[in-house]
Amino acid sequence: MATVLENLKYSKSHEWVEVLDNGNVRIGITDFAQHELGDLVFVNLPEEGDEIAVGEAFADVESVKAVSDVMSPVSGVVCAINEDLLDAPESINADAFGAWFVEVENVSEEEELLDAAAYEAFCEEE
Amino acid sequence: MDKKTPLYESHLACGGKIVSFAGFAMPVQYENGGVIKEHMCVRTNAGIFDVSHMGEVLYEGPDALANIQMVLTNDFTKMSAGRVRYSVMCNDNGGCIDDVIVYKYSDTKYMVVVNAANTDKDVNWMQSHVFGDCKFTNISDTLGQIALQGPKSKEVLAKIADESLFPEKYYTFTPEVDVAGVKCIVSQTGYTGEFGYELYMPSADAAKVWDALLEAGKEFDLMPCGLGARDTLRLEASMPLYGHEMDDEVTPLEADLGFGVKMGKEDFIGKKAIEEKGELTRKRIGLKVVGRGIVREHCDVYVGDKKVGYTTSGTHCPYLGYAIAMAMLDIDYTEIGTAVEVEVRGRKVAAEVVAMPFYKRAK
Repeated sequence: MATVLENLKYSKSHEWVEVLDNGNVRIGITDFAQHELGDLVFVNLPEEGDEIAVGEAFADVESVKAVSDVMSPVSGVVCAINEDLLDAPESINADAFGAWFVEVENVSEEEELLDAAAYEAFCEEE
Repeated sequence: MDKKTPLYESHLACGGKIVSFAGFAMPVQYENGGVIKEHMCVRTNAGIFDVSHMGEVLYEGPDALANIQMVLTNDFTKMSAGRVRYSVMCNDNGGCIDDVIVYKYSDTKYMVVVNAANTDKDVNWMQSHVFGDCKFTNISDTLGQIALQGPKSKEVLAKIADESLFPEKYYTFTPEVDVAGVKCIVSQTGYTGEFGYELYMPSADAAKVWDALLEAGKEFDLMPCGLGARDTLRLEASMPLYGHEMDDEVTPLEADLGFGVKMGKEDFIGKKAIEEKGELTRKRIGLKVVGRGIVREHCDVYVGDKKVGYTTSGTHCPYLGYAIAMAMLDIDYTEIGTAVEVEVRGRKVAAEVVAMPFYKRAK
């Protein structure tokens, strides 16, 4: 069974959102998502300074089988990317909640996100 | 509604993740495995695959040989009983209907194994071309098939069957081997580029053989493997897959399968059309991806601004550790070492034409 962390918020497209103390957010994909995708072998990230928007793809991940878009649950500006993922995409499989993709500042919009319990229930229905 | 192979329940018991493939409910990977682990397990130890979805037909009678000589591209006249041979089946235009393997039992009995996705099409085609004193039977639903692949395959099988009966050479078979109490056809064949066997048994007994192989394989770290690993293994070994490297519009020579096409034999369906096409204008080649990214099928391939072909399959190779693809390129760009770019979702990724197979096992 996939893990869900209490302190995070979740999108229905299986991204997690962590709100940092300075108001910035970090985004990654959930344990449920990595499990569904299978072994990841490639990650394509945006660049610092890129604007991203709610509901639009901002990154993609490739398993040995297929490529999948990662959708943004917020609108804002990318202020940091996790470059470690580029060389070690398998770290997403190993620890999905440690493997953040991007940090976003100037967050102007946020889609309706689920708390841990609601997301867990949502995954069970998937 | 997808058909179930006789091993469907066994897959569920093993934690198989079931997907729809060629009209069958098949495991793409298993809970304790995953594509990469299963792939590596076959390269280093052994794995078993359910390939019961493959189709099998029999040609029997005095004109059996004449029939397969006409309907298939390879030459079977000098083939000995107990041998297995790869072939293509062409349409009248020289395009590929399917690729198959042929098992010779005797001068009057041959079994042809066809791709699951093509079974109905192939059976219709073959049936409608049968001539003379030859009985044609589709036995696909009566047989289960399990592929046991990997360097430890022989040791695994020897625990539940008499080793002296195993086919000793690549592409040979023994028509009757008792495996865990079940009479199986055992051939030294496979679709992984690794040493291994393929076992055919009555459908009703398939689960018994599967369970016996799992048990016998425990000490060799054998894993059940799904369609995901089957695809990455065949790709790493540069083996073609129907619907990717070849189809109705591609000739076997364009698909670089000339070794299975005997233009010197008297006649076969498609021969005239292939002859009339003359010199090849395009050919299947292997690409090593040198830029960042993974190339999949149906991507355009460029040299400069000129489009020179398209990819037919591609993946990240777990064992080699880099991405590869196969592509159909204009003949002028097929030389080893040619630098190309592949358009992957709007981005150009650098790649190089390399020799195939990408992976070849050490003897």
